[in-house]
Amino acid sequence: MAEHVRDKVIHILAEQAVLEPGDVSLDQTLEDLGIDSLGLVESIFAIEEEFDISIPFNANAPSESEFDISSIAAIVGAVEGLIAAQRS
Amino acid sequence: MRRVVITGAGTINALGADVPETLAAMREGRCGIGPLEMRDVDRLAVRIGAQVRDYDETAHFNRQQIALYDRFTQFALLAAGQATRESGIVFTDELSMRAGVVMGTSAGGLRTQDENYRAVYEEGKNRVHPFVVPKLMNNAAASHVSMQLNLRGPSFTVATACASSNHAMGLAFQMIRHGMADVMLTGGSESMLCFGGVKAWEGLRVMSKDACRPFSATRNGMVQGEGAGMFVFEDRDRALARGAPILAEVAGFAMTSDASDIVMPNKQGAARAIAGALQDAGIDRDRVGYINAHGTGTAANDKTECAAVADVFGHHANDLMISSTKSMHGHLIGGTGAVELLACIMALRDGIVAPTIGYEEHDPECALDVVPNVAREARVEVALSNAFAFGGLNAVLALRAA
Repeated sequence: MAEHVRDKVIHILAEQAVLEPGDVSLDQTLEDLGIDSLGLVESIFAIEEEFDISIPFNANAPSESEFDISSIAAIVGAVEGLIAAQRS
Repeated sequence: MRRVVITGAGTINALGADVPETLAAMREGRCGIGPLEMRDVDRLAVRIGAQVRDYDETAHFNRQQIALYDRFTQFALLAAGQATRESGIVFTDELSMRAGVVMGTSAGGLRTQDENYRAVYEEGKNRVHPFVVPKLMNNAAASHVSMQLNLRGPSFTVATACASSNHAMGLAFQMIRHGMADVMLTGGSESMLCFGGVKAWEGLRVMSKDACRPFSATRNGMVQGEGAGMFVFEDRDRALARGAPILAEVAGFAMTSDASDIVMPNKQGAARAIAGALQDAGIDRDRVGYINAHGTGTAANDKTECAAVADVFGHHANDLMISSTKSMHGHLIGGTGAVELLACIMALRDGIVAPTIGYEEHDPECALDVVPNVAREARVEVALSNAFAFGGLNAVLALRAA
């Protein structure tokens, strides 16, 4: 499951950033990819749709949200956690 | 007071994807109304409309733009781009601060609302795309036009149903005339031809199921259209100084309110707006050669409008031409006055008066020269554009040949 989730999240973020998935690495940040706040909420929507999960995120206070967006790896990890929580 | 001229025009509607195509269709009396193509059309009682066909949004906008632009915004941006290119104007530095955009629309991003209501109510989805609000808001088109063209002055959207774009253009005219701005993008856009948009109109029982035949005794209702018309309005001295193309002069504007009924038209309100526009322009009634009618093709509008014109013009009402181009491009609701202004420009600049097509039988209550079925060559010095909205809000523009 892990690789599957990672690849799909990277695919969504790459599409938002108009990059090839191969050009996105886990240690990058959204800023590195050039994804702004509007692009972020659109990406979150796309991730929710893809995995049928609900992501706790408030654009007014991104850093206080439970959903960690500090790097691509953090986002992948958070999505995996939400998927696991939903299945349990 | 400064004089105001039109230095650029753009459009997309059922008759064409730009101004030359649209005017050619009006000259030929071509009809843009046809069978509606949309999801669940078999559940509609009214199945005709003047749709913008063969429209490919990906030919004009990228994926991110499409995520943000409702169809009515896309139409506005395309028309605004054409108008600006014709005008040859570039909004940089100080000019951008002295330029704005006033647009008319009635339903704004109705298609976005329709699609997302369907998703949450019918399909039971529990989330919608994050851009639903910025996409559906009525001012979205005006805001994106301001961003695309760098217009940093007064900008807003007016919604007065079928008079929206005439109110918008009238306000843009007044702003330049009184020195609030030097150049204004103005007009209107509408895209109500979606399932919910047609369903709502159907409920009112004023729609024709076969054709729009304004002023004809056989008329049986209005037909919806969609699209946008946008213009560059400019201070005349400024336009002359830069050698801009001048399509026509906007000479006067008046608006009135019937204060009587939410849907039925009122002769006095309409007549006061027509007479008011001429008074504002300082133009003698006898000089009016053409009126682009509101002419919806409903029983009530057309006879009331003809009675108002007869009241205002007296004997001269028999000498002027009045046509409804809605018979060709349908009723664009909040965008209709903008597309109809093109017919006024064609009369003033090209000496060609667009016809009222679909005309079949004389109606003694509409006994004016409605230019039936075939366009006519004529020298026109002054033209009026009428718009009489549901809610009794009337807006009439007076244009003079450049």
